Amino acid sequence: MADKETYISKFAELETKLSETAPSWVHDIRKSAIDRFAEQGFPTTKNEQWRFTRVRPLLRHDFEPVLEYEQDGLPARKLDELCIEDTGCRRVTFVNGHFAADLSDLGKLPKGVRIESLQKALQTDPERVQRHLSKYADTGNNPFVALNTAHLIDGTFIYLPKDTRVKEPIHLLHVTRSNAKPILSHPRILIVAEANTRASIVESYIGFDADTYFTNPVTEITVMDRAEIDHCKLQKESAAAYHMGTVQVHLGRDSRFKTDFISIGGTLVRNDVNAVLDDEGIECSVNGLYLANGHQHIDNHTLIEHAKPHCTSNELFKGILSDRAKAVFNGRIHVHPDAQKTDARQTNRCILLSDDAQINTNPQLEIYADDVKCTHGAAVGQIDENAVFYLRSRGIEKSAARQMLIEAFAAEVLEGIKINPVRERLTMDIIDWFTKARGAGKAD
Amino acid sequence: MLEIKNLHASIQGKEILKGVDLKVSAGQVHAIMGPNGSGKSTLAQVIAGRDTFDVTSGDILYKGKSILEMAPEERACEGIFLAFQYPVEIPGVRNSYFLKSALNAKRKYNGEDEIDAMEFLALIKDKIELLEIKKSFIERPVNDGFSGGEKKRNEVLQMAVLEPTLAVLDETDSGLDIDALKIVANGVNALRGPGRAIVVVTHYQRLLNYIVPDVVHVLLDGRIVKTGDRDLALELEDKGYAEVQKQAAKG
Repeated sequence: MADKETYISKFAELETKLSETAPSWVHDIRKSAIDRFAEQGFPTTKNEQWRFTRVRPLLRHDFEPVLEYEQDGLPARKLDELCIEDTGCRRVTFVNGHFAADLSDLGKLPKGVRIESLQKALQTDPERVQRHLSKYADTGNNPFVALNTAHLIDGTFIYLPKDTRVKEPIHLLHVTRSNAKPILSHPRILIVAEANTRASIVESYIGFDADTYFTNPVTEITVMDRAEIDHCKLQKESAAAYHMGTVQVHLGRDSRFKTDFISIGGTLVRNDVNAVLDDEGIECSVNGLYLANGHQHIDNHTLIEHAKPHCTSNELFKGILSDRAKAVFNGRIHVHPDAQKTDARQTNRCILLSDDAQINTNPQLEIYADDVKCTHGAAVGQIDENAVFYLRSRGIEKSAARQMLIEAFAAEVLEGIKINPVRERLTMDIIDWFTKARGAGKAD
Repeated sequence: MLEIKNLHASIQGKEILKGVDLKVSAGQVHAIMGPNGSGKSTLAQVIAGRDTFDVTSGDILYKGKSILEMAPEERACEGIFLAFQYPVEIPGVRNSYFLKSALNAKRKYNGEDEIDAMEFLALIKDKIELLEIKKSFIERPVNDGFSGGEKKRNEVLQMAVLEPTLAVLDETDSGLDIDALKIVANGVNALRGPGRAIVVVTHYQRLLNYIVPDVVHVLLDGRIVKTGDRDLALELEDKGYAEVQKQAAKG
């Protein structure tokens, strides 16, 4: 059993080594974060934000942090197979949480744009990193954010100076290969998009077979005035992996931000996405698609903070669960007293393919302004048997009919994904997933 | 083509069809008329293979073979088509994709090559014109947000594309205005031919002005109580089902 104390004492052991990897101000952030972690400990189901997600299975393992990059000869093509076909993207690869130059391909960047490892950025652009790092994601409110911050060694730094645009999707690929011992990584991503910039960014997480490991990433994104960021988090960890991730977004005036949270892998997965709409005229979309089978547990928690007037937010989460899989969707919308004329929508729809699959869906609307439009809806159901019969009566086989309906259900999220390699690959992944679910004889 | 023998069918233990006998030969159009609740739609759905109904006894022969053990998709590939009274809305599936999948499923079943998107478009061009359907119609999600008339037209479009040997039209006239009724009837009539049989299930005789049947049956309380020619439909319209019911009761 690795409890809070285990993690704290491990941090103490590593501290000297850790302190050598970064400037002292970074280490100060780490030390303060481990204190925040110590105050909170691991959450129990008594904590309202963790009511339906037990982290105990995670604590059964003694995960080893990895302090350095070990090149282990992964071929880039193998990664394409596991993740997305990312030719034409700018790729930054991390192996076990460390930047892998040999597996990265950034191409020539527009003037002033930085896409580099966080370690490198701490040397080349420390002031800017210091201005933003750990300024958005709250270590006091989520012990996993605190753990990530305490152990932050490497990750990605993206900086888009005013009026720049990166046309090609930027792919941040996180590969974990645990081999013999279960390992733990804390990737940290910092994205600073100055005024009037545009970029698409895909964060992906992949693993091999049934490797046991723990990925605990934190992403901070600040999108300044009139900037447009299209983001996607693609979670395809191994079947035995643990993934606890937070994406924290800060949005400026007239900015646009869209993210798609796709969860396919992992045994225990928790995604937190928090967006603060901190000025007027912002459009923010947070969508998600989660597929779970076996004993997978996938928890998506979203928080949209409408802090200022005249902003729009849209949320659409869809899930497909089979076997004994469990999912949680908690969508919180917080409209501050100032945020008049807010337009916030939220939908969570879920299909259960078996009697034992389970979803807990919970919209939480906290509205402190009086002139706002807020809607939410949740629906849980099975595949529509009338539709299955309709398709079959036209000659389409039962399994193909069911697959067609599953694809149709997912299409609403898929078609909204503007990053082509992600959308194209996901269409295939869903078919594969469903074929496997059916092969197990449980989805049919 | 179709021979139904003493067919009994029930849903959740409640018997709906209580011994239906019906014989439809190739080249013929039969109309099955009856009041609400007489079992018309049940009969149509049982022919198509809906498994919410239990066939408790009797048999359905199609081209001389029993189809009771066949899955709905198998029946469809063998050439049976049901135009639904209430076509199902399927958001997220494009009409064209659905139609092409259905057509290719049938072609594959019959050992033919699947057709590609270009060939498919060429193939449906005429059918679309015949049914006075807008081209954009086929790129919309299946029946999603369609008006009643559009849904029925879509059923007939599917029928035109799949070219069934036995078509069963379940209340295809309901919800249609007179113009739409004519268009739909044109679509159905275009399919009439020596190799095909059509069964039109309807409440009103109005549709039969446009799709003129060879034989008319009256279905009452799960049994066919009267069979006649076209004039029977007119008589029904004139006297109502109650009169036929009385006569049937007298035997």
